[in-house]
Amino acid sequence: MKAVVDKKTRRLAPMSDTNLLLTITIVVFFAMYLAAMLFIGRGFLRVQTFFNILNENAALIILSCGMSIVMIAGGIDISVGKLTALICMSAAVNLDYQGGSVMSAIFLSLAIGLAFGIVQGALVAFLDIQPFIVTLAGMFFAKGMTTIVNSTQFNVQNEAFVALKNTRIYIPFLGSVNRRGVFVPAYVEIGVVVAIVTVIVLFIMLRWTKLGRSLYAVGGNPQSANMLGINVKKTRFLSHLLCGLLAGIGGFVYFLHVGSGAPSHATGAEMNAIASSIIGGTMLTGGVGNIIGTFFGVLSLSTIKNIVSLLGLDDAWWTNITVAAMICIFLVVQSVVLLRKNKRS
Amino acid sequence: MEKDSVLEMRGIYKSFYSVKALQNVDFTLREGEIHALMGENGAGKSTLIKVLTGVYAKDDGQVFLKGHEGPINIKSPEEAQKAGISTVYQEITLCPNLTVAENMYIGRSKGVITKWHQMNASANRILESLGIPAKAEQQLGSCSIAVQQMVAIARAVDMECKVLILDEPTSSLDESEVAKLFRLMLDLKARGVGIIFVTHFLDQVYEVCDRITVLRDGQLVGEYAIENLPRVELVSKMLGKELDDLSEIKSGDEEQKISNEIVYDAEGLSSIAARSPFNFSIHKGEVNGFTGLLGSGRSECVRAIFGADKVTGGTEHMNGKGVRISKPRDAMKHGIGYLPEDRKRDGIVGDLSVRDNIILALQVLEGFFGPISRAKAEKFADEYIKLLDIKTASTDTPIKSLSGGNQQKVILARWLLTNPQYLILDEPTRGIDIGTKIEIQKLVLKLAGEGKSVTFISSEIDEMLRTCSRLIVMRDGKQVGELSGGDLTQTKVMSTIAGGAK
Repeated sequence: MKAVVDKKTRRLAPMSDTNLLLTITIVVFFAMYLAAMLFIGRGFLRVQTFFNILNENAALIILSCGMSIVMIAGGIDISVGKLTALICMSAAVNLDYQGGSVMSAIFLSLAIGLAFGIVQGALVAFLDIQPFIVTLAGMFFAKGMTTIVNSTQFNVQNEAFVALKNTRIYIPFLGSVNRRGVFVPAYVEIGVVVAIVTVIVLFIMLRWTKLGRSLYAVGGNPQSANMLGINVKKTRFLSHLLCGLLAGIGGFVYFLHVGSGAPSHATGAEMNAIASSIIGGTMLTGGVGNIIGTFFGVLSLSTIKNIVSLLGLDDAWWTNITVAAMICIFLVVQSVVLLRKNKRS
Repeated sequence: MEKDSVLEMRGIYKSFYSVKALQNVDFTLREGEIHALMGENGAGKSTLIKVLTGVYAKDDGQVFLKGHEGPINIKSPEEAQKAGISTVYQEITLCPNLTVAENMYIGRSKGVITKWHQMNASANRILESLGIPAKAEQQLGSCSIAVQQMVAIARAVDMECKVLILDEPTSSLDESEVAKLFRLMLDLKARGVGIIFVTHFLDQVYEVCDRITVLRDGQLVGEYAIENLPRVELVSKMLGKELDDLSEIKSGDEEQKISNEIVYDAEGLSSIAARSPFNFSIHKGEVNGFTGLLGSGRSECVRAIFGADKVTGGTEHMNGKGVRISKPRDAMKHGIGYLPEDRKRDGIVGDLSVRDNIILALQVLEGFFGPISRAKAEKFADEYIKLLDIKTASTDTPIKSLSGGNQQKVILARWLLTNPQYLILDEPTRGIDIGTKIEIQKLVLKLAGEGKSVTFISSEIDEMLRTCSRLIVMRDGKQVGELSGGDLTQTKVMSTIAGGAK
């Protein structure tokens, strides 16, 4: 017995569950993209295709980050999709009908997101209500409020906003040559910059700050976390507050991408965010997950959708079935890997 | 507050539902002493500690802590830590998804930023100095339970604490680990830390403690200096009565009652957990037992018999007829009952009432389409609560609010209700006070007297010697000996376990 124990400790400490799942996600993403480049070619060979995936998904990346944070803390938030629609509509009305500026629209978006986060977080943390139920109510509330703010779709005309929307940030040295032989540089929208900054900030927050580590502890085992001297209620509250704030940022980025307000905006975004988090290695049971993984989770989800449509299987159901299959495969791979690993130790 | 005391609790009251867990309890801890808190299960030791650490809010009473003017009110474990009270609980209260180092430092580091490098380095230093076989960077969940418990202790002792509470920290440690812990405790004592030590092991109390406070039924019995309280008196104080002569439990003529009829036998049985095949049989009215060190494969053997782990080979007979037991339900149908080792994980359904927990196994046997009526269930529950003297407010009380010993009795009642011909009890007395232990041992012998067969497993050899008429000795997953009759002595068992008597 003794000898076995000693041998085990001399070996390098095994990878944590979080890092293991992160590695799987990143490897799978690159393998998938590489396969698409080799076997489908066409669009996947152009650099801009990759950046378009980023442009299309900047908002989803931010929303998924928020989702991952609540999921790591052991909760869930299904209101973020409808909340995004509400934010788009409110910002649009503010810009075009109330003579607001871009700054006031940004401020409004963040305020709405934060307000949702605070109320939902308070209900979950201090009244101990199931996060699913609380955010379900939040989802319906946001849906209703959107139509109260404005019931029809319209495109925003505000000049300053449109200029911001059309701003392109060109990537130096990257691009492709078009049919006429002209070099077209690759570009990203402003939202992508926001998303990348968000990912980096949150990664640092989760890895190094007290709050970040408390989120993992609370998600791992709330009773133990309490005994270890962590304020569980406060941590839960902050997880929802952060998710709300990120929904505010993500909502505005979404708005900046589409440039319109509509009750149907971001339909199902919460489900995509959950799917991305899961693909990225965040576990629904809490305590395990990584923001970088979530980032790659969003990219993987979008890449598979692109592959499906480039293969000519453009029907909505093909995409859905592929996404379903992908989530299943990821979940199976994750649990098999974790099971094998835990059996070994 | 007295001059040399670090902690004083005065007139503490606490009740749950209608159970009075603590009534007017006083407790004083002095600087640099190791103070044992003793009492049977349900006497209120854990409650007193949880009141002190802010897990429960007290109903009444005052707590004084050195360095604080007047009574203080600790509302959460976080506040307790800040006030210099650190605790190692009986159940491991760490987060398995975090690393070992994080578990040692989370919730008490001052800065906002985690300095991983620094944290890992100091954690490794502490782990090494305590001889804990774990790495700082390792995920806690990948460590064994004993190592996890040591990490919890490492966390507690590393804090700048004035009061250290150890609530049954030794139940999952082996001897050398216990010795390490004791050295550590004496070190801390020399530094002036007051230590509250809760344990069921009397030997350990007399080895390290200076003073003993005894609780019974939520009330203070008294506080004694260790030299003024011999063991026998301590036990009788805990029980509130003079102890029965233990040797009288088993009368001499017991062995003749065992008939030749074999109830169950297995040949070459193996499972994914019990890899090396073993033979085993039990007679009608016999009590036998598996003994050996923790992890020697005792539990794995009985789990294979019950079909709790996947059976991989072997033949089994019940009353002479060949049977196939591949899952617990098969075993239950053949009249085998199994009281699992880990009652929290495999045994109780915490949120269900005592009544529902009692009828659970019977309900499974009868099938879910023939529900047991409420009146019938109530009758069964009342009968067994009385028979086993289960302390519960009512049959409706959720089982998780009962003390450990009473939970164990409820699970025992569950199996007795199915009227099994063969009952396997795996560590039924672990974490249970002496009084209940004796009750359970008596019950085992009574059952055998009624013609039932019982396999009994316990870590305490003298307990096995008192109850079993045949002992199967295990070492490293293999049967290494079988003892019965005159061979059933402590020394003989020890030497067989150690491998001296081949």
